[in-house]
Amino acid sequence: MELICPAGTPAAYREAVDAGADAVYCGFRDETNARNFPGLNFTREELAASIAYGKARNVQTYVALNTFMRAGAERLWYKAADDAVLLGADALIVADLALMAYIAGTHPRQRLHVSVQASASNADAISFLVQSFGARRLVLPRVLTVADIAALAPKVACELEVFAFGGLCVMAEGRCSLSSYATGLSPNMQGVCSPASHVRYREDGDEMVSELGGYTINRFGADEPAGYPTLCKGRFHIADDEGYAFEDPVSLDVMEHLDALRDAGVTALKIEGRQRGKAYVAEVVSRLRQALAATPEQRPALLAHLRRLSEGQRTTAGAYEKKWR
Amino acid sequence: MTGRSLRITLGPVPYLWDGEAWRDFYFRIADCAWIDAVTLGEVVCSKRLHFTQPFIDAVATRLADAGKDVALASMAMVTLEREAMLTRKLVQASQWPVEANDLSALGLLSGRPHLIGPFVNVYNGATARMLVSRGATRICLGPELSLTSVAEIVGVAPETDFEVFAFGRLPLAISARCAHARAKGHSKDNCQFVCQDDPDGLAVDTLDGQSFLTLNGVQTMSHTCQVLLAELPALRDAGVSHIRLSPQHCDMAEVAETFAHVRDLRIDAAEGEARLRVLYPDVPFSNGFHHGTTGADWVPTAAERVSA
Repeated sequence: MELICPAGTPAAYREAVDAGADAVYCGFRDETNARNFPGLNFTREELAASIAYGKARNVQTYVALNTFMRAGAERLWYKAADDAVLLGADALIVADLALMAYIAGTHPRQRLHVSVQASASNADAISFLVQSFGARRLVLPRVLTVADIAALAPKVACELEVFAFGGLCVMAEGRCSLSSYATGLSPNMQGVCSPASHVRYREDGDEMVSELGGYTINRFGADEPAGYPTLCKGRFHIADDEGYAFEDPVSLDVMEHLDALRDAGVTALKIEGRQRGKAYVAEVVSRLRQALAATPEQRPALLAHLRRLSEGQRTTAGAYEKKWR
Repeated sequence: MTGRSLRITLGPVPYLWDGEAWRDFYFRIADCAWIDAVTLGEVVCSKRLHFTQPFIDAVATRLADAGKDVALASMAMVTLEREAMLTRKLVQASQWPVEANDLSALGLLSGRPHLIGPFVNVYNGATARMLVSRGATRICLGPELSLTSVAEIVGVAPETDFEVFAFGRLPLAISARCAHARAKGHSKDNCQFVCQDDPDGLAVDTLDGQSFLTLNGVQTMSHTCQVLLAELPALRDAGVSHIRLSPQHCDMAEVAETFAHVRDLRIDAAEGEARLRVLYPDVPFSNGFHHGTTGADWVPTAAERVSA
């Protein structure tokens, strides 16, 4: 299986390549990609230099153009696609149907990958994208079990990529407006979720309160570390109980399912984390590279180390395991 | 009024209601003169289908006999083979137009007339035009879009009917996990249909007691109810042809009448809002998405700002 690694900066790109990535995914420094955070992403010049660095080492570059084109501003996305093709991107990762149509029509030889943001979660949806736009690969939304993926793979005429490690979206990607409901900024349009610009921490007695857009997302006791207020990982009051309504603050880790995913027909494993530092990227990529080469018996030791890098040092296999539902 | 008059549509019931209550709700809607079109069906969770399935033919027929344009909605998220089969069957066998709410239904419907529901992402005019070229005759835009975006999209495909989400809790997210079942100590696979206990959803408040979200099975909705009443003239001027009312657990026929009266300038928006607050009490209103700001916000009309 290919190992697809994140890069939010040129430095992280080089670390990912040197640590053993088969491909690196990254985006331009604007709202055309779904990790539009301050200080992240690539200028045209940086992307050109990074692609050259990767090509010299036989590592591919996938450019994420995976937000939905803002009405009236479509040129920004078309230009980003044109530039990525010109700069030598090996694949474009796209969610918007009209952007897929543009790329298929204007750059018919360009490899098109369908972003997880497109939310194609079944064979008929995937076949529609393959037949309509020539999609070569599809990144599966984190809503399917390993068994679901195994049943799906033989029915579709494209490669399948899955998220294997890193942040966990609890909601189906590309279909979530929770963040824009609370902050006015949207994953789908502006490429941001629970943006730092709308985060506030305040002390209330012994407790630390984390807020997003004026809503309390969590309260932490004196001896509890105060985590980032990602909306769907917050603690809320429901009926007569308080708790993590949607998901605990945990990360995704499907290492225990590597062989099952390979047997299911998965082509590529994706590591989440374009907002992470280069040291994190290097560590995760090299460990996963080793884990893929190791025997199942050797893996637990390699992976125990990885888990320490996870949010709250806790992980879940999420929707890949049926019991999560 | 100039231009096309806004037609009033009723979207699918998002919640799990008892089958007979669901049927009786639509029988009343059939008698409601103000509603022009109804889209029916289970959009949120396939496990609920058996509640309404026995009544769907009778309901659709009664609505059509009453002169409503009837459509059947496909599910918003299809992951299981059983759900894929249901979608295929709906597309192949429905005697009513189908509203696509997932890319699977969109692909299967290609080349024949169909509707696009709010769960298919249409964020720009280019996507709308492409869907029209594949057979879409009416597109219900997602509630996250601002009026500016709506106007841009409609302007690019002016020959098409566009529908905007004008009343109801906002559908904000959908998940593989059922947070509703989880909140009541169950898993999705053994949910015991606990969402039926909450016919208007289950409130999610913050730890500081702020009303925030609503659980509805695998779907997460807003706590606020989107109300676009003062915005009707702007929507009509933008070329929008239909406004969608999303059923809440209240008298939707009266809600529709209120919208019709404001549309027809029989009452002003402020009076309409006051009526809605009686019909659907205890739930704050929002219209922030329409005004390009935080979705939960309530942006008062100019008249309300003056009187405040």
